[in-house]
Amino acid sequence: MEIALLFLPLLASITSGFFGKFIGDRNSELITSLFVSISAILSLIIFYDVIINRYENNILIATWINSGTLNVNWSIKIDALSSVMLVVVTLISAIVHIYSIGYMSHDPHKPRFMAYLSLFTFSMLTLVTADNFLQLFFGWEGVGLCSYFLIGFWFKKETANAAAIKAFLVNRVGDFGFALGIFLIFYLFGTVNYEEVFQQIPQIINKEIIFLGIAIKSIDLICILLFIGAMGKSAQIFLHTWLPDAMEGPTPVSALIHAATMVTAGVFLVVRCSPIFEYSTLALNLITVIGMTTAFFAATVALVQTDIKKIIAYSTCSQLGYMFFAAGVGAYNVAMFHLFTHAFFKALLFLGSGSVIHSFNNEQNINNMGAVYKKLPYTYVLMIIGTLALTGFPFLSGFYSKDAIIEFAYLKGNTSGYFAAGIGIFTAFLTSIYSWRLIFKTFHGSYNNQKLKIEDLHESPIIILLPLIVLSIGAVFAGFFFKDLFISFSSSNDFWGQSIKFLTPLSKEHPPAWIVLITPIIVVLSIPLSYYLFVKNKDVPNFLADSNKPLYQFLIKKWYFDELYDLVFIRSSKRIGVFFWKFVDIKIIDKFGPDGISSLIKNLSLKANKFQSGYIYQYAFMMLLGFSALLTFLILK
Amino acid sequence: MNFPILSSLILLPSIGALFLLFSKDNEKLNAIKYVAIFTSFVNFLISIYLWFLFDPSTSEFQFVEDKQWLKEFVNYKVGIDGISILFVLLTTFITPLCIICVNNTVEVRLRDFLIAILTMESIMIGVFCSLDLVIFYLFFEAGLIPMFLIIGIWGGDRRVYSAFKFFLYTLLGSVLMLVAIISIYLISGTTDIVKLFELGIDAKYQNLLWLAFFSSFAVKTPMWPVHTWLPDAHVEAPTAGSVLLAAILLKMAGYGFLRFSLGLFPLASEFFTPLIYILSLVAIIYTSFVALMQEDMKKLIAYSSVAHMGYVTLGIFTITQQGLEGSIIQMISHGLVSAALFLCVGVVYDRIHSRLISTYGGLVSVMPNYAVLFMIFTLAAIGLPGTSGFIGEFLILMGAFKDNFLVAVIASLGVILGAAYMLWLYRRVIFGKLVNKELLKISDLHNSEKFILWCLAIPVVFFGFYPEPLINSIEVSIKDLIEMYSFNLKMNIIEVQNNG
Repeated sequence: MEIALLFLPLLASITSGFFGKFIGDRNSELITSLFVSISAILSLIIFYDVIINRYENNILIATWINSGTLNVNWSIKIDALSSVMLVVVTLISAIVHIYSIGYMSHDPHKPRFMAYLSLFTFSMLTLVTADNFLQLFFGWEGVGLCSYFLIGFWFKKETANAAAIKAFLVNRVGDFGFALGIFLIFYLFGTVNYEEVFQQIPQIINKEIIFLGIAIKSIDLICILLFIGAMGKSAQIFLHTWLPDAMEGPTPVSALIHAATMVTAGVFLVVRCSPIFEYSTLALNLITVIGMTTAFFAATVALVQTDIKKIIAYSTCSQLGYMFFAAGVGAYNVAMFHLFTHAFFKALLFLGSGSVIHSFNNEQNINNMGAVYKKLPYTYVLMIIGTLALTGFPFLSGFYSKDAIIEFAYLKGNTSGYFAAGIGIFTAFLTSIYSWRLIFKTFHGSYNNQKLKIEDLHESPIIILLPLIVLSIGAVFAGFFFKDLFISFSSSNDFWGQSIKFLTPLSKEHPPAWIVLITPIIVVLSIPLSYYLFVKNKDVPNFLADSNKPLYQFLIKKWYFDELYDLVFIRSSKRIGVFFWKFVDIKIIDKFGPDGISSLIKNLSLKANKFQSGYIYQYAFMMLLGFSALLTFLILK
Repeated sequence: MNFPILSSLILLPSIGALFLLFSKDNEKLNAIKYVAIFTSFVNFLISIYLWFLFDPSTSEFQFVEDKQWLKEFVNYKVGIDGISILFVLLTTFITPLCIICVNNTVEVRLRDFLIAILTMESIMIGVFCSLDLVIFYLFFEAGLIPMFLIIGIWGGDRRVYSAFKFFLYTLLGSVLMLVAIISIYLISGTTDIVKLFELGIDAKYQNLLWLAFFSSFAVKTPMWPVHTWLPDAHVEAPTAGSVLLAAILLKMAGYGFLRFSLGLFPLASEFFTPLIYILSLVAIIYTSFVALMQEDMKKLIAYSSVAHMGYVTLGIFTITQQGLEGSIIQMISHGLVSAALFLCVGVVYDRIHSRLISTYGGLVSVMPNYAVLFMIFTLAAIGLPGTSGFIGEFLILMGAFKDNFLVAVIASLGVILGAAYMLWLYRRVIFGKLVNKELLKISDLHNSEKFILWCLAIPVVFFGFYPEPLINSIEVSIKDLIEMYSFNLKMNIIEVQNNG
């Protein structure tokens, strides 16, 4: 069953990718959707089995690399953690596959698109079911590759190509850290299998290694290196720049890869490695800081963006920050819970925005929309549901997971915990504002599109709406139904089993009432506030923007990260390249090397050409002969 | 084992070449080509059979033939172990593909060109099989001649300059190696490699001898700063020449390092490891930056070859199981991938006669099959998991990490740069809008091109998922090589200490 689950998407991908021309567009779409849906059903069965029977399994498929002491297998590891990921990945993937049939109906390259989607699903499954770091890395790079293909799917668009390469390269920077982490693990433990590594961890806690003269605890170093990988994939601050640009890809891709699954791989990595991270206070604090900084940073940027997809992309970035700081304060299960609920409502929001974009004939700027809630009633309602769930409106899924993060951060009881909780609450407020800004600007106010008449707008077809409805069910109920399973305090509930390690059990105290109540109150109150700001009295935001020009520019330019990186990395790389090539290679090595020798010989021979034949090779030979005679002399001496 | 299977492998292509030499009819081009293809293909089958017979559980040399040549001085001695068999296979695999691809690239004197290629095959197999330093030297240097001719006769506009540069560089190293071989004979009284492995070489001579071998191998690898001949040679060489050069000729040096530098001079190898590390790192980082800015596709790939070979030299001198296995796999992988990339450039060069990246753009709309294959090889060059490139690079870095943390960190940076220049190349050639009107008429891959490129793509992907056949055949040989190395090193150190 597990093998079918894993390989059906691959089979679908190969069928659609290589035989798409022969079997036709429609068949490609059906086969990929069907196979991935079967995978989804199998995942649900396994998930159920894990919940009820504590099912665990580790299936060996084949050996991969066997070099000296390095033994790596292809395998499928099923435990609580991977079963949750399986459900998220295959379920969202199946929904997105079906949605894509409608969304991509006018695209000439449907089989290719479906093949990429299925291939992505397969890579993501190998990532989550790995039982060793190398297979994880395989899946990790595999999803990165599919992401690269899908961002650049519309290959004629220059911006899409640029975004695709950017995504790949920024991720490579993260992978650089990740790979070094794996090397270090192999160096210290002689293995890359989770089980064997995790068992040995307590033995090396106090071991230090020296790097550039600085002694650093090896456990800290492993965690930080792995976390750099996670930062790249999960678009955390400093390595986040690719995610907003990745919105150049088709919207289903954004929903599947850049919201629900791939970008959460970093969180998964940290949770999977909880037996390592638990021993490194330094790394956990770093994760908390990076997580909350990202949450805050991305939320501020989302406030002023005008591209509907970029707003949601920054929102994703911000929510990933939440997940990380949950993991950073040791509440791995809460991080997973937020990952789980987030997958539903964020996919819903993306696919909903896709529906809007579809209706608006590929318009993405929210300033060119407005007043269409009556024309797009289903999309409107579904987007509202997604927004409510995202902002953490009481009793929707985001409410349970996000509030739990803030509470656990608070319960951590140290400075970074309090600080994280504070930032978390404030960011929740920002989240609410930018989300409602999106809704109000898109659906309310006045109609602002010049190109398209409002009468020509039409609601999306059922094949687009149906997946949204399924997701909205998840967005509403996922929190309520699964909160006991994922984050319950009761000791009888041991869903996570061995898959997550808590060195010290999570605090079972209840946080003070005000901390439980403050976030929902802020969230609820921010709805009328946003309505006032973005519909009733638009002068206020404009006034704020005008009176704080530098700050506004700072946010519009996304804290100037792209400009900075362009200057520091891209332009200087090009300059270095030209310098090495035109100066060192040509002006130094060649000039003093072969060209120098040849011109030297030429000059000498010109002087002596009266009694010499003039063939350069002879001179070269003579000269080298002399040189070698010298060496012979030295050797034999 | 009475049948001289290695000698027949070495001789068969030459016999084919000889046959071609006496066939005069230049008009029946096809007949000439079929003879060449047939010869090289039979050779490939023999080598597969050889692999089948080969016993990977021992590091002893197998299929050894030992015949007296110059009395009391040099024996014609050939034999293979787990390390060399892979290179023999690589040679016999690449050569037929090379011959198939000459279709479009060579317009004049096809017969002579095929003779050069077949001779080259004989020589290359000879290099990888020789078990006598003199025999090795003869083959190693003989390889220069056909390559020199291929560049000099069938090359592009600046062929004479490139051929000259190539010749000058490689000759410089070779002469020093000859001197070293003569001195080894004078010191040890034999040039038989197997005997030399047992005897070892006096510690006090090792450093100089090592340097002499190094100067030859470094040029052929090529290592920084003696790499500048490679881009020029590649740019001017016809496609088949580039393929041979990148896929096989460069591997002779890596093989030489493995077999001779490590095998004969452990003390010196240990002593010079920092030098190799530094040069390898410079090669990886420096040439990656240079590759980033190239405007000529062939030059870009040539520079990337230097970077990839930097990983190989790095891996060899880590003297760890992973590092050494990684560098052999990297060489095999680079042999397949760089061959394929040069063929890919050749495909569009045949159609448009331009190697400049700016000529192209948007090819995916007119050449979808080409785009797919080019993508596979691009990814393999980047070292993406699931391709053979990943296995090699990853193992090398793992080995390097064991030896020196900082070296591994710097070398890993090359992985990022590698992705940058390859993907940027791909984007500019394949993606984007099709602007150049000339490209509209371009045709997708012909059947023969498709065949060649798939032949290369399949092993690249297969060994990415299942490198076991490769690792299996080298595992024992590498293990014993490391053991021998450590043992000899210990003996050498004791020797030095005793001498004060």
